[in-house]
Amino acid sequence: MIEQHGSEREALRTVGAPIRRYGGAARVSGQQDFLADLPFPDAAAVALVTLPVACATVTGIDGKRAMEMPGVIAVVSAADLPQPVPRFGISHQDRPVLADGEVLFHGEPVAAVVAETLDQAEAGAREVEVAFEERPGVYNVDQALATGAPLVRDPSRRPEDDENRDSNVLETALYEWGDTTAAAGEAAVIVENTYTFPMVTHFPIEPGGTVAVPTDAGGLDIYSPVQHPYLLQRTIATVTGLPLSQVRVFAPDPGGGFGGKQTPRLEPLLAFLALQTGRPCRLVLSLEQTFQMMRRAACRVKARTGFADDGALIFHELHCDFLIGAYADVAPRVMTKGSYVGAGPYRIPHARTASRAVMSNTTPSTAFRGFGAPQVAWATESQLDAGARALGLDGLQIRRRNLVNVGEAFFRGPYEATADGHWHEALEKAAELIGWGQPLAPGRGRGIAVAIKPGATSGLSQSLVRFLADGSAIAYAGTSDMGQGARTLWQQILADELGSPLDKIRVVSGDTGVVPFDLQTSASRSTVFMGNAVLEACRDIRKRVLALFAESTGVDEAMLSEAPGVLITPDGELSLLEASRIALGALGGEFVGQGTARMRGRKGHPLGGDAAFYEFNCTAIEVEVDVETGELLLHRHVSVSDVGTELNPIQVTSQDEGASIMGLGHSQMEQLLLDDHGVIRNLGALDYRIPTFKDVPVELITHGIENHDGPGPYGSKGISEGALLCTAGALGSAVSDAIGIPIRDLPLTPERVWTALHPDAADHPGGEEPA
Amino acid sequence: MIPTEDQSADEVGADLVVVTCSVNGESARVSVPPHRTLMDALRNELGLTGTKTCCAEGECGACTVIVDGATVNSCLMLAAEAEGCDILTVEGLGAGEPGGLCDLQESFLEAGAVQCGFCIPGQVMAAEYLLRTNPDPSVDEIREGMSGNLCRCAGYQRIVAAVELTARKRATR
Repeated sequence: MIEQHGSEREALRTVGAPIRRYGGAARVSGQQDFLADLPFPDAAAVALVTLPVACATVTGIDGKRAMEMPGVIAVVSAADLPQPVPRFGISHQDRPVLADGEVLFHGEPVAAVVAETLDQAEAGAREVEVAFEERPGVYNVDQALATGAPLVRDPSRRPEDDENRDSNVLETALYEWGDTTAAAGEAAVIVENTYTFPMVTHFPIEPGGTVAVPTDAGGLDIYSPVQHPYLLQRTIATVTGLPLSQVRVFAPDPGGGFGGKQTPRLEPLLAFLALQTGRPCRLVLSLEQTFQMMRRAACRVKARTGFADDGALIFHELHCDFLIGAYADVAPRVMTKGSYVGAGPYRIPHARTASRAVMSNTTPSTAFRGFGAPQVAWATESQLDAGARALGLDGLQIRRRNLVNVGEAFFRGPYEATADGHWHEALEKAAELIGWGQPLAPGRGRGIAVAIKPGATSGLSQSLVRFLADGSAIAYAGTSDMGQGARTLWQQILADELGSPLDKIRVVSGDTGVVPFDLQTSASRSTVFMGNAVLEACRDIRKRVLALFAESTGVDEAMLSEAPGVLITPDGELSLLEASRIALGALGGEFVGQGTARMRGRKGHPLGGDAAFYEFNCTAIEVEVDVETGELLLHRHVSVSDVGTELNPIQVTSQDEGASIMGLGHSQMEQLLLDDHGVIRNLGALDYRIPTFKDVPVELITHGIENHDGPGPYGSKGISEGALLCTAGALGSAVSDAIGIPIRDLPLTPERVWTALHPDAADHPGGEEPA
Repeated sequence: MIPTEDQSADEVGADLVVVTCSVNGESARVSVPPHRTLMDALRNELGLTGTKTCCAEGECGACTVIVDGATVNSCLMLAAEAEGCDILTVEGLGAGEPGGLCDLQESFLEAGAVQCGFCIPGQVMAAEYLLRTNPDPSVDEIREGMSGNLCRCAGYQRIVAAVELTARKRATR
């Protein structure tokens, strides 16, 4: 990573300022083209054929009647694809391009109809006759782990030496240090509880879709609003057998991603449809279809935690079962990475986290903001509170007692991980902002929680920057701008490092044919990885200006130096533009700079490498509970993150506020509900509730701790996920403080809160926990 | 006049309906099947893709437009019902303003209310209607008035700030 100098940070003009969002004007005026807005006048429309059940054997697909419908060009099922049907996936190559003899989750397509218009494609799809037999499926952790449970993945498609071959456990992880069993004797208090976190869906306001266009050269142009255009390019090349050079991915800005638009799903199908029909094929998803394409893994955590008299953690044991769905996607990684930080940012002498990725006949789960950390943090933070209650401490006291200091290990062993920030500062700031310890009005409660998430553990981002003859500049950076505002940061970096005016800087992204390689837009990595690549490219340009200036003028290179926006000569400072004009001379031209941020993994590390940085967040909430209805009114919600340096404060605030509210979604209202056939009952916006304007806390306060101690440009860190890591813990703690009863199942719906308040009215999971 | 024709319509056996209305101050005429929504007609027949499609069932507000002075989820209104109506879409909001943006759109940028931006055209239209009917709304009134528009980036607090900022600008104008 690039060494930072304080003096250079002081010289910055736009970094650190609330610069307006790049591309913002197009977005407020309706001119921004998202996938569905792009014109493809010759495109054929695609409709998918699905079954009304989640788990079935498909015995026959007859497209004859559909083919006779007006406008229908093709009816394609697995039999029409190369055999065996190509499968793909980021961790396991298990997902077929189209269902191949069996359907494993509700919404998995068994056939596709291509027609001249969407109306015709949909009419054709209704005429495709599918013969199927429903099979018993598994839709929750208990069903999936039961003895004799139906297996989601046929054992014949698993390695023979896979010890979990004859079960629904796909992968496991074990993190252990000390001896939790022996340490139990040292604990003054032991609390033991089970926590659940529901399946929730990303619900991007842009549902997304794909257009596949066959090229004259026999290749494919794929348009898809994805976070990882280069992964999609590789996937399409692999399943079709085309060389990478013949697959060009255009990635229009995603209208919200949140992790849900990382991995390929229907793009390979669209690629085959385009190749088979020779026509551009267009599929724009409905919101209901996105529900069936992406979700967060549900999780059940059994936790057992021991504390000393003074609240110090003695041991912490976690058994986490992530319900991952029908195909692996990135879910095994979600399980391993979320569990790695499962024990929390604490000083724990003895810890054991044993986790499983459990397959089910449900939508394959994938990356979702927080990447497994919120699920386990819900349990760990609730356990801290349970310990505090048993010992007569409060939530702040017990966290002060256990939270690690900067440089101190929270994960021990050969691959130990240490705090890379002054996390206590965030804890204290949040306590101050929530008014911890001040008297509470009746019916109210207050809670505080903390959590961490590892950033990327390896990565590669490459960038090119062109500094043009008039001082304008273009950055080529493959990060997908899905709302986090990445391009604004690149614009700011160019403005400060090259001295170019903001309005003369352009950023090009979303085209694998033009923009250099970027591994992915995930794990809040872009500010650090692509940011460093862009910064390096700018500095590369300054060095090139210096060298050519020396050559053109005859001034000794040793007499020259460069700094942000300027070349320093023996005769004084020249703006980089002036210097470049002199250097370029009569021929003109431009300077091209290149930057690469590469972080290799570490062999043997359970995550494949050390995290480039950690996101640390402390959230504190003051809630009022309506005991008549179980409804919650959040009076104040405070989120404090350790951000390193805020490159653009308004964007940091937007991300923190957005993540906080998204966290309230899974904490308060969101959950996918299934019927006995594995069909999503609340499929769509009418029945699946996400936070609205009216769910925003009365006061929502976010704050960033800036110690300029991150590995990114000017001391920055990634920040986009922190504020939802422990929302559930803070809210659960506040509700428990208000009503005197802890609730261990999310979301904290009015029904669940009311039921906790009226234990005689129904079965409920209550009961205080000291063992 | 913007004459268009949906060639797919008669192929599914429906008679076309000719609709004449005013869109962003211009007279428009479309021929659409009776089941075509106003949202799809605006996007596909008139090319006004600033009106977005998300839930298509009236819950998210991404397709909000102003019809005869009132906000409408254009996914819930049939194009045929727009006969004779005066329709304002996001494309018409800043038309004629310097830079192509009205004060409200400027405020959205100033307040940092735009993240991914997909819901923003609908948010802007809902906010415009709110400010026309209540030029000085309280925070509670803004939250109530905007509650039909979802933002998954959850820029709600920034959007409230943008509406407040616009109200202040308009009050001193």
